[in-house]
Amino acid sequence: MTLAIELTGITKRFPGVVANDNVSLAVAPGEIHAVCGENGAGKSTLMKILFGMQSPDEGTMRIHGEEVRFSSPADAIERGIGMVHQHFMLAGQLTVLENVILGTEPVASLGRIDFKAAEAHLLEVGEAYGLDVDPHDLIETLEVGERQRVEIIKVLYRGAQILILDEPTAVLVPHEVDELFRNMRELKAAGETILFIDHKLEEVLQIADTITVLRQGRTVATVKPADVSTGDLAEMMVGSELPTPQTSRSTVTDKTALSIRGLTVLDEDDRPVLNDVSLEVHRGEVVGLAGVEGNGQTEFVGAIIGTEDVEAGSIRLLGEEIAHSTVRRRRNSGIGYVPQDRQEEGLLLFAPLWENAALGHQTRKPFANGRWFDRFGARERTEAIRSWFDVRTPDIEVTANSLSGGNQQKLIVGREMAAEPKVLIAAHPTRGIDIGAQAAVWDDIRAARADGMGTLLISADLEELIGLSDTIVVIHKGELTATLDPATITPRELGSYMTGSEQDDAETPDGPGPAAAPETATGPKSQGDPASGDAGEPQ
Amino acid sequence: MTDSTVTDESEEEPKVRLTRAAADSRLRQILLSAAAPLGAFVFSLIASAIVLIAAGSNPIEAAKDMLDHASKLEVQVSMINRATPLYISGVAAAIGFKMNLFNIGVEGQYRMAAIFAAFVGGAVALPSVLHIALILITAMVVGGLWGGLAGVLYTHRGVNEVIGTIMLNGVALGVIAWLVRRWQAEGNIVQVGVGTEPIDESGLLPNLNFIPELFGDLRANEELTGMLVIAIVVGVVYYLLLNRTVFGYDLRASGLNPLAARAGGVPPRKMALAAMLMSGAVGGLVGMAEIFDKTRYDPNFVGFLGFNGIAVALLGRNNPAGIAVGALLWAFLDATSDILQVTQTAPKEIIDIMRGVILLTVVIGYEVVRRVRERTESARTAARLAEATS
Ligand SMILES: Nc1ncnc2c1ncn2[C@@H]1O[C@H](COP(=O)(O)OP(=O)(O)OP(=O)(O)O)[C@@H](O)[C@H]1O
Ligand SMILES: [Mg+2]
Repeated sequence: MTLAIELTGITKRFPGVVANDNVSLAVAPGEIHAVCGENGAGKSTLMKILFGMQSPDEGTMRIHGEEVRFSSPADAIERGIGMVHQHFMLAGQLTVLENVILGTEPVASLGRIDFKAAEAHLLEVGEAYGLDVDPHDLIETLEVGERQRVEIIKVLYRGAQILILDEPTAVLVPHEVDELFRNMRELKAAGETILFIDHKLEEVLQIADTITVLRQGRTVATVKPADVSTGDLAEMMVGSELPTPQTSRSTVTDKTALSIRGLTVLDEDDRPVLNDVSLEVHRGEVVGLAGVEGNGQTEFVGAIIGTEDVEAGSIRLLGEEIAHSTVRRRRNSGIGYVPQDRQEEGLLLFAPLWENAALGHQTRKPFANGRWFDRFGARERTEAIRSWFDVRTPDIEVTANSLSGGNQQKLIVGREMAAEPKVLIAAHPTRGIDIGAQAAVWDDIRAARADGMGTLLISADLEELIGLSDTIVVIHKGELTATLDPATITPRELGSYMTGSEQDDAETPDGPGPAAAPETATGPKSQGDPASGDAGEPQ
Repeated sequence: MTDSTVTDESEEEPKVRLTRAAADSRLRQILLSAAAPLGAFVFSLIASAIVLIAAGSNPIEAAKDMLDHASKLEVQVSMINRATPLYISGVAAAIGFKMNLFNIGVEGQYRMAAIFAAFVGGAVALPSVLHIALILITAMVVGGLWGGLAGVLYTHRGVNEVIGTIMLNGVALGVIAWLVRRWQAEGNIVQVGVGTEPIDESGLLPNLNFIPELFGDLRANEELTGMLVIAIVVGVVYYLLLNRTVFGYDLRASGLNPLAARAGGVPPRKMALAAMLMSGAVGGLVGMAEIFDKTRYDPNFVGFLGFNGIAVALLGRNNPAGIAVGALLWAFLDATSDILQVTQTAPKEIIDIMRGVILLTVVIGYEVVRRVRERTESARTAARLAEATS
């Protein structure tokens, strides 16, 4: 049987690093093949080579037995290869159909776009692979999981038989992951070959037929999921045993770090996207904010850091009112911020790492000396972040876009943690980070928490949310609808709170607050309840 | 695991070398940056040679004429005189570019600044240093206000800065025409159609003739403009402000990624306004060499310095040294286009063709340089790693 994909001896060098060092990869047709490895192991690079976005310095590629050489993604598409990038590339203002046909519009007479034919083909493709979409939905109204489905359909619409998915589950909540995996199995049944990258090893074992592990740019193993455990995989990735995560004890104090009362934020049409939200984060406490994306989390975070106008309500940082202060004022008085999209809000992609390390902290030591920017101090701090957070890079003069996704994330988390914030607003802090580094980030957050840092944690990874939080609040349609105890809740249950299906019961499990700190639970809880009462029926 | 020990060693070694390599690669990087505009220039020479041959002229002769001409001291002085306002104009445009603001308004800003500065300078009698300072400050304030106006329209009314500055250019020309007429009526302009009241000797920036006189004699009336010093100061301040201050960091961050900058505490509106104010203030100095030279604003006041400044900033990639190279190149083409007219070896329009070709090729040039740089760095990495593992 000829292999669907056969890469031999692929080598790709970048200034200062060898991203792929004599890598080989064999993928049988019709299988789901996972690629695992630490941040910076060379996974994305390998996928980009396969998709024609980068050309290898050495090595050969065979697709269905035939040797190929791609000079652009167009060549790869021609060969039936499609790729869904980690950052979706959809136009929000267009419909699903328009997005799917963008660039390959079928032309009717007089050069008009033949929407009828396109729609028919789209529905056909959707049907064939069991992917359910409405061609006329606007992209911006879709949830993340649905957008991803559109990306996949878009690729299939172009006739791809080999599908590359770069970290498809990173942005999904559990039920969306299940949905994705169901789709992947159907695709496989329809004869597609799927190659995907994933940092969550349980998921890999659950869905993959074969797993290839990369380490420092080299293939270290190709295994079957039945033969390995997640521990084995991790060991292959890292080359040593994983450190056991710190056991955590509650450090919640009764001092308020961040107090939010009656917070209301309006959208462009003056409708409330955040309605009378009250929440308290204590020093030494991690409050998890659970919710399906698009329920007001972005606005909530924006209102706290100051990029969103506050219509009504108060925000107090250690007692000081900041609801209408400038972003800089708030950041300087101790708010750390890990944005949900690292490339959009977190990085200057074309600036060197040491300038990126200063972003958000540029008016303070060690980055500033009065009004002067302190290059020496900035470089020194960046080196510290690099070694402390294990940011893998040849040197700190390279631009941020040459870091691998996970290393970009580590740089941001490192920059915020190094500034020792009093309150950390962390949106998906470990998104795209490998398991080893993830444990390290958790440890860092716990250590800072023990020193009194208050944290508002947003995460699509419910295990993370439950594992790290002292209290969990649920946000639904711009209101806080429940306050839950992470010690007793399961990801499944939490998932149903998030979709609003268990909203009415929200007040019932009021038994123990966070077991470790009962006295503090009354804070967020007593404010959470009235909100949930309001939210119960009207929507 | 045996292979893990191998990788560990090979990982430690190169790291140390890489930092050293980073240092010596900086010089190479500077040389590579200069390669793009120079390469574009060479390419434009070839392209225009082809055009000249096709048109029946002799490109060698034309080049010889240009170079002969440029080797004369007074032509070199005139080149620097032309390059000086272009440089200032280039820096003014670059300040906007650094923040992704396309300030087309330097054209209007420098004209407004020039007429007001000339008017104020001609209206007062002061000790020399104060007089000169007053004139320069007036120019910067007027230029800054005119630029700031476009800034306010942009930040508070959402008027795109390109549209705003283009319209303000038109308004500036109108205002100037109106002012000239009004001052004439009031008798402030001595001779009809000649210009503003001349500035007294005390208000004129001294020339730098002592420098070219080290190399030979200057003709009477030939001067090296004192604005050269101001231009150098502008360049140095631009560099320091942009690269060494928190403000400059904020400015560049906003230009690179406005959303990230905002989340990092950079107020987008304030920065846009500041950039337009500064761009305008620097732009205000563009016309001052001419004012000091002619002692007044007259209807023949030099135009297009603002637009040419955009080209020069583009050539120099907004880099203070690069802009200087661009300004000198532009001035060289300017100064030598005259001689082609005299010798008739080539139509002087060939200079415009060269300029166009340079602008188009320099963009490609920078991209080629980027790739070459990456290629060589990668190859050197491979070599070092091979060395380290063997
Ligand atoms: N455009 C680039 N320029 C320079 N170096 C690069 C570039 N792209 C990737 N690299 C380097 O190549 C190595 C591999 O990067 P790659 O993105 O393939 O990692 P990855 O396995 O996908 O990691 P992650 O899990 O963090 O996404 C990294 O060390 C990275 O710094
Ligand atoms: Mg990656």
